Amino acid sequence: MASTVQFQDETALGAASNKRGAAIRLERVDKWYFTNDGSVHALAATDLVVAQREFVVLLGPSGCGKTTLLRMIGGLIAPSNGRLQVMERDLWQGEARQADAISDLGIVFQDANLFPWLTIEKNIALPLELKGMPGKHRLARARELAGLVGISGFETRWPRELSGGMRQRAAIARALSHDPGILLMDEPFGALDAMTRDAMNIELQNIWLQTRKTIVLVTHSIPEAVFLADRIVLLSPRPGRIDTVVDVPFERPRSLDVQTMGEFQTLAKDLRHRLAEIS
Amino acid sequence: MTGEKATSDGIPKTVDPVAPVARRDLTAYLAWVTTPALCLLLVAAWWTYVDLSGISKFILPTPASVWYAWLGLLLSQRAWIDTLMTVYATLVGFLWAMVIGIGLGVLIARVRWLEQTLNPFVVASQVLPKVALVPLFVVWFGFGITSKVLIAATLAFFPILTNTVLGVKSIDQGHRDVMMSLNASRWQVFRKLELPSSLPYIVTGMEVGIVLAIIGAIVGEYLGGDQGLGHLLVARMNAFETDGLFAVMIQMTILGFLFYFAISLLRRALIPWHESTRRG
Repeated sequence: MASTVQFQDETALGAASNKRGAAIRLERVDKWYFTNDGSVHALAATDLVVAQREFVVLLGPSGCGKTTLLRMIGGLIAPSNGRLQVMERDLWQGEARQADAISDLGIVFQDANLFPWLTIEKNIALPLELKGMPGKHRLARARELAGLVGISGFETRWPRELSGGMRQRAAIARALSHDPGILLMDEPFGALDAMTRDAMNIELQNIWLQTRKTIVLVTHSIPEAVFLADRIVLLSPRPGRIDTVVDVPFERPRSLDVQTMGEFQTLAKDLRHRLAEIS
Repeated sequence: MTGEKATSDGIPKTVDPVAPVARRDLTAYLAWVTTPALCLLLVAAWWTYVDLSGISKFILPTPASVWYAWLGLLLSQRAWIDTLMTVYATLVGFLWAMVIGIGLGVLIARVRWLEQTLNPFVVASQVLPKVALVPLFVVWFGFGITSKVLIAATLAFFPILTNTVLGVKSIDQGHRDVMMSLNASRWQVFRKLELPSSLPYIVTGMEVGIVLAIIGAIVGEYLGGDQGLGHLLVARMNAFETDGLFAVMIQMTILGFLFYFAISLLRRALIPWHESTRRG
């Protein structure tokens, strides 16, 4: 079947994105989980380079290690082997996470994980508070970010008073507040209804175009992956490993109408077939 | 990005803005009517029973004589000193229970080996009826205020401890991930996450604890010393002043209400964000 999609070999990853300097670099990173019933190979040795200001989507069926991969990049779990660099700095030295590398990362989780005892603006400003920024400055910054993610006017509300979509917007603002170079997103819109999800995808693209962050986003939605990504990294399970890498050529900013284009649908179809083969 | 746009993805649209509010209002209104009505009914039934049965006033006095006995209590300086002694023993005991209960609770919840080591003793001392310690405390600490404070503290301590442990253990893993992703220090995790997250549990422990502290102080006064509402109660019993007995009970109940009300205010002040604080 004729296809415009170029499936690259795994080894070609580095070369494709070296021109802008790497935001994230993984060399032979793998992960084993040890349980009472034996060990599980969650992620086979993986090489991956994400360029600065690139939008990479990790796509795959459940159990393919995409969340494990993202959490390792975020410093939430340590790799079993290999080398992991963020902005050309090692994230781990032995057992110790490196604080300067961590501060380049902002993470958005599937649940907004806002603290219910903080108002929206204080939630957004939490990273700044932990870094010791004075109250006035950080609240000013929080209001600015609330505007960026489209929740102006809700700064002094409690999280429970906001809808799921708005809470997730606040979570994105919080992840951006200390101005990290890299935004990691673990199925951030997975819990939202389809219409809110479309709106959030548009919003996220706008935020990315405005802030020029590097974004790594995990999803199991093919349309979401094709709509958002510069590059889609398709992972296969047992053990988790990179299967194929796909460049997504569409112009920015993309509107939701891009989904009706033939190229979009061909790309989505090819990905769907490949996913069915490896699941 | 306008406010309008933000609203379009949904401040809770699913909630019908009219029906639940109306129902809540009615419920609140109901309590204001039913409570006095039921009280009046009870007093009327009581009075009728005393009148019709001709029961001895040493067994059951009329509401009127209880009322006058209570007014007499309010006019007696001695009774106020007794009230203040009970308040003092309750409050000081409760404060000790809070300091030790919260401190130890946080430690037990965070340090695994400590929990393993202390758990049998916590369970054992919880199973023991704490009032059984009253005679021992009188032997050890005398008939003065110290033994009352200690009994109040012992009773109030356990609900505060167990709720603190539960609170610290119930912290959302997602919230912990957030703090970890921000490279928060241990102190920051405690101050910004563990403490506020467990506050609703701790306040619930305090609500149970303050009531138990009053019980502890009063039971302590039964057995030892010559001060406090507990002592006054026993003195009225020994004098066969049943109306006075009721009067002291009323005094104690008012005291209990005041303490409980104070904790409720504290709940609103400490955890305004929590569901339990939402106004009806």
